Amino acid sequence: MAASSVEGGLLVGAGIYKHFGALTVLDGVNFTLAASESVGIVGPNGAGKTTLLNVLAGAYRPSLGAVYFNGTEVTAFDAAQRCRLGIARSHQIPRPFAGMTVFENCFVAATTGGGLSGHRAYACCVEALDLCHMLHVANRRAETLGLLDRKRLELARALATSPRVLLLDEIGGGLTDEEANNLVETIQVLRGRGLAIIWIEHIVHVLIRGIERLICMDAGRIIADGKPEAVIADAVVIDAYIGGKAAP
Amino acid sequence: MILLSQLINGVLLGGYYALLACGLSFMFGVMRIINLAHGDLAILGACLVFFIADQTGLSPFIGLIVMLPVLAVGGWALQRWMLERSLRAGLLVPLLTTFGLAIVIENGLFEYFGADSRSLAPYIGDFAFDSWAITDNIYIGELAVLIFAVAVVLLGGLKLFLNYTSLGRAIRATAEDADTAELVGINARAVYAVAAAIAVATAGLAGVFLAMRETFSPYSGPTQLIFAFEAVVIGGIGSLSGTLVGGIVLGVAQTFGAQINPQGFLIAGHLVFLLVLAGRLVVGAMRARGGMHGLFARRP
Repeated sequence: MAASSVEGGLLVGAGIYKHFGALTVLDGVNFTLAASESVGIVGPNGAGKTTLLNVLAGAYRPSLGAVYFNGTEVTAFDAAQRCRLGIARSHQIPRPFAGMTVFENCFVAATTGGGLSGHRAYACCVEALDLCHMLHVANRRAETLGLLDRKRLELARALATSPRVLLLDEIGGGLTDEEANNLVETIQVLRGRGLAIIWIEHIVHVLIRGIERLICMDAGRIIADGKPEAVIADAVVIDAYIGGKAAP
Repeated sequence: MILLSQLINGVLLGGYYALLACGLSFMFGVMRIINLAHGDLAILGACLVFFIADQTGLSPFIGLIVMLPVLAVGGWALQRWMLERSLRAGLLVPLLTTFGLAIVIENGLFEYFGADSRSLAPYIGDFAFDSWAITDNIYIGELAVLIFAVAVVLLGGLKLFLNYTSLGRAIRATAEDADTAELVGINARAVYAVAAAIAVATAGLAGVFLAMRETFSPYSGPTQLIFAFEAVVIGGIGSLSGTLVGGIVLGVAQTFGAQINPQGFLIAGHLVFLLVLAGRLVVGAMRARGGMHGLFARRP
């Protein structure tokens, strides 16, 4: 990977392959996220979207290829180290820490991932919870939350680590229109603060209101990348979704 | 009057069991490892303090200050180099690993110390048997009170540590979901190693108190493991305050059993353990099948 293209992006995946046994899930993905950019990823099931997120976040090591963050190679870093550098991610299926309050869930993220302590960690959690409309349930135990609040907690906990890049995996799934609108508003506030975002979402009409660039994946490759309207209109993308001939 | 005396002694004995069970419960709660070497690690701690006292003539309480960090480092290393690798192969493998470790510790100690029963009591002088007379009939041992107090302070302190410190919260988060803990920047491996260090050091502490109040030999570990296990199960697995209650229930049961018959000491303890276990299974089955009625209904 040439140094210039690495320096061009905040988070860069260069020539990423991921195999699980004989199965190739990522088949040579090159991906660059600029600072403060927000990118959406769509694609049919099994396209490798979540795997790409896992490789970027450090949950998986790529079989081949490298990940750069802010100009340094982080391929060998685990998820905890990358989180402390500023890469936060949320799960598709919420996984709150049960037995801890909503606030404690964020507090542990702020103190370890964000490296904050004392009242600064406290303030950071209050702000994250406020942004996600969760202050009123801050002292509830996380396992008593409903699905919507669990999804919000995923986001709040990721924000509490004071990230520079936020990786979101289908946090809009299962939400009503109004709830989705709230979510988009929150995302827009975060974009306004210069946070870079990668957002995987099936609900495209919600997604395109929160992002400026759209990527479509199919069978482990990026098949379209550009302005959201252009990508949606792309014949190859329509093919991949509607299930005509397999994308080349 | 004799009943009251037995009750007090049983409760105090329960303090020892709680102390012994604390590390076992903690290790299971955080890492889901049932440490079959727990009793032997306690005896290892006792042997270490005995060795120091024997060689240098220092009080076992000073030996304790040396032993605790040694065992903590040992626990840390144990997690890093043995348990962590075993855990990767599934939940059953650590059971085998710690069983093997138990055998290694027992025979290693036997090799050095021989099969003789030993005690730390001679090294603490009158303190081993001194007691306060509350009334003419009720005496309570000073050592037993000390052990009980240490158990309460340790379990309470550990609970405060888990609830109110940054490392404590990291341990709870990791215990709940290690993968997600990594996502919020927690180094789960380091947290596990710290938890193992705490668990092994508390085992050693309990072992030293065992050695002060009675005799021990290199093969005393498994019996202590059973007591610890019973206390944990009675009190509820993974709960620290439950461990204290479990220890006390076991201690009181054993003391009253001994009152009935000298052999009743162990039997009463095991009986209470089995009753609680059976009760938990019944309640669990009841919840799963929807109430008392469902328990006796035939499965569809």
